[in-house]
Amino acid sequence: MLKDYKNKLLLGLAIAALLVTGFYMLYQIDMDIFFYQAPSRIRRILAIIIVGVAIAVSTVIFQTIVKNRILTPSIMGLDSVYVFIQTTIVFLAGVGSPLLLNSHLNYFLSLTLLTLFTLFVFRYLFRLTRNNIFILLLIGIILGTFFGNLSTFMQQLISPDDFLVLQNALFASFNAVNENLMVLTAVILVIMLIIVFMDFHSLDVLALGRDAAINLGVNYDRKVSQLLVIIAILVSVSTALVGPIMFLGLLVVNIAHELFKTYKHVYLLIGTSLISIIALIIGQMIVQFVFQNSVEISVIINLVGGVYFIYLMLRRGRK
Amino acid sequence: MISVKGITKLYGDKKVVDDVSLSIAKGKITSLIGPNGAGKSTVLSMITRLLDNDSGDVLLEGENIFTQPNSELAKKISTLKQSNHLELKITVRELIAFGRYPYSKGRLTETDNALIDEAIRYMELGEFEDRFIDELSGGQRQRAYIAMTIAQDTEYIFLDEPLNNLDMKHSVQIMQILRRLVRERNKTIIIVIHDINFASCYSDNIVALKDGEVAVSGTKNEVIKKEILEDIYEMDINIECIMGHQICIYFDEHADATVDDFVKEQAQI
Repeated sequence: MLKDYKNKLLLGLAIAALLVTGFYMLYQIDMDIFFYQAPSRIRRILAIIIVGVAIAVSTVIFQTIVKNRILTPSIMGLDSVYVFIQTTIVFLAGVGSPLLLNSHLNYFLSLTLLTLFTLFVFRYLFRLTRNNIFILLLIGIILGTFFGNLSTFMQQLISPDDFLVLQNALFASFNAVNENLMVLTAVILVIMLIIVFMDFHSLDVLALGRDAAINLGVNYDRKVSQLLVIIAILVSVSTALVGPIMFLGLLVVNIAHELFKTYKHVYLLIGTSLISIIALIIGQMIVQFVFQNSVEISVIINLVGGVYFIYLMLRRGRK
Repeated sequence: MISVKGITKLYGDKKVVDDVSLSIAKGKITSLIGPNGAGKSTVLSMITRLLDNDSGDVLLEGENIFTQPNSELAKKISTLKQSNHLELKITVRELIAFGRYPYSKGRLTETDNALIDEAIRYMELGEFEDRFIDELSGGQRQRAYIAMTIAQDTEYIFLDEPLNNLDMKHSVQIMQILRRLVRERNKTIIIVIHDINFASCYSDNIVALKDGEVAVSGTKNEVIKKEILEDIYEMDINIECIMGHQICIYFDEHADATVDDFVKEQAQI
């Protein structure tokens, strides 16, 4: 009975995702410029699916490992490292630098540095702190603040014109995604998803905690570092592709938990991915149709996600 | 049989467990007792590979547990640590089903379901099986966790303070179940326990730890002795034989005085 309910919920979310996709594709479609409009919308939908799934899956796994529903890889400082990378490029090489303007170069540079940073934080510090997740998180947050402040410092020094260009690069946007990079990101995403779904039962066991997982025969430390690498890659590719959307992961994972009320990762992973896609498409529709592209999608998502974050904190406080 | 040979654990420069050697006999309940900070839980965690040791070996039927694959070990020993409060939305039955993970890796077979049913019946959890564990009382939750280790169906069962936060009735219930597991299924059970009277009444063997070292180890009659316990706990302890059990009386430093008062009172009447 319960299983039935969860399956129906998944089906409902899938239908909802299809409906919003259909609506986005058909709304105000102009037959005169159809061959321009349709491909550009399809491209955005594909980018949204890739980023939505990458962020959803990485956040679900991350929260299972740290056993906390409020922390996400973004909040741990990954976003500020992305901001730091972009700001440093502008600060050192100027806005005309190909490192900023050439999307391929920028993608690979961001991807490499972000993955290196995440691997450093997660793996090296994991050993250094003897798997103490709390010290690790604390260091992550301190590093995030550190890079955030360095970025702010450099942003004060560059010219206002450069700052405007930089600011544009720092907002996540699905409007101008490079096709080649999208294909590459999709391939990486699919490989990561296959690895995760091949052994998704062990995620359920990890949720019980380290002692219980070892007791049930899971090689906890090895499994966790493998998953952290996957999280690092997923977050890095999606951020490098469209930019940071800080509160998206938090928002969608918590909605999934509220809806499904389960620990089972099959439902959580698929459900969160669907919710994530729906949220991004609705956000994109608001940006494109209501505000005529005068605001950025990350502003909308962060507004909703941020308010939800405060709500979660308040509710925790009351408990 | 499990033999532990000279395991040591260091936190910084401090030896919390210092060269502990002991052997655990099959088909018995062995209790680990000792004051707070004696290293009981640390020893238990090292024997069950939850914690790395700094030196020493743990041999399970003569084989080193650290060189065996973790997934195989999960079919031979199970461990239940204290403070199992989960924020997960998980029902009693789902929790117990995790006990079958070492065998089925999450894809439950008919045999698995039969064993889960049996564990539920054994722990009398039938009426709760579809309730979420965070809705249960402490005693019911502890029973659910023990049911999970029963479903795991290992020869050795390690429990870290299974009576923590339980009242007398539930404590007795849990200890009777443990005795039943030893009697009916020939399990070997090792528990960390604080209440020495529970240790005295329900265990076969007792290992007493003090300051990270084994102070005494033997059958319960060898360990539950006035001088030994007074030395370990550094307080006055009297032992009375009540209904065939060795009961330690340690509530009042002036135990003699109260007895005198009682005698006087009786005389007046």
